[in-house]
Amino acid sequence: MEDPNVPVRIMRSPLGRAQGLGAARHGVGHWWAQRVTAVALLPLSLYFVASVLILAGATQARMAGFMAKPWNTVLFLCLIAALFYHLSLGLQVVIEDYVSHEGKRRGGIMLVNGLIVLSALACAVSVLKLAF
Amino acid sequence: MKHVRAAQMIGRNSEGDLVSRPLSPFMIGTAYRAQMSSMTSIAHRITGCALGVGTLLLTLWLVCAATAAQAFADIQGLLASWLGLLMLIGFTFALFYHFCNGIRHLAWDSGRGFELGAMHRNGWIVLAASVILTAGFWLVGFLVW
Repeated sequence: MEDPNVPVRIMRSPLGRAQGLGAARHGVGHWWAQRVTAVALLPLSLYFVASVLILAGATQARMAGFMAKPWNTVLFLCLIAALFYHLSLGLQVVIEDYVSHEGKRRGGIMLVNGLIVLSALACAVSVLKLAF
Repeated sequence: MKHVRAAQMIGRNSEGDLVSRPLSPFMIGTAYRAQMSSMTSIAHRITGCALGVGTLLLTLWLVCAATAAQAFADIQGLLASWLGLLMLIGFTFALFYHFCNGIRHLAWDSGRGFELGAMHRNGWIVLAASVILTAGFWLVGFLVW
């Protein structure tokens, strides 16, 4: 992208210039990961909604039969990974925005991420246990 | 003064006196009228946080399914109760809103739909689409159930 008002021609791409910036030197990593997981969640959340409709009022046997199909196992595991990663990134920003006390902010993010790891693992292990 | 953050809030006026820097008011409150931009933005956050709480329900559902047939029957029964259905209706609306407004955000990230008129229009489209998708989901839900 060239600015016609600036006489200097910048050779680096806008992405290249933004990478590695920021206080943590992570640059656009957080922002980018949020977008990538958002795009992944577009089809995955529609798949989730459809599978919830299929499993409405299901017994455990039918649920296990559903999860035992390889594509369902894989798609549910993908959904769990993208969903909890996206959730972690989003809640981190919310906490950073509203909690001004540094200790509480760091502690809050750690606590939330801990719960997210626990939930994500519980979901993934449950799906695998149903599938195998 | 202990923090750099606090120091940054202090400045000098043109007379050289120390003053605290003015802050722009929070987007929701008495300072601003409710606008499409601020309302859809805060709703994206609120639905995101609500979906975060909803993932606990998803976790419970999957864990019960992997634990025992009776445990899964219990959670399925709980979800089919009036309280459960109310929670699930809220959950699906939050999901569809976050989904639709998420597409709007991705469009903005690619530089599209930023003009004031377009932003108002696609805000209403997001709201209408979330209501229609939620209604459609429950229509299909009650038909297949």
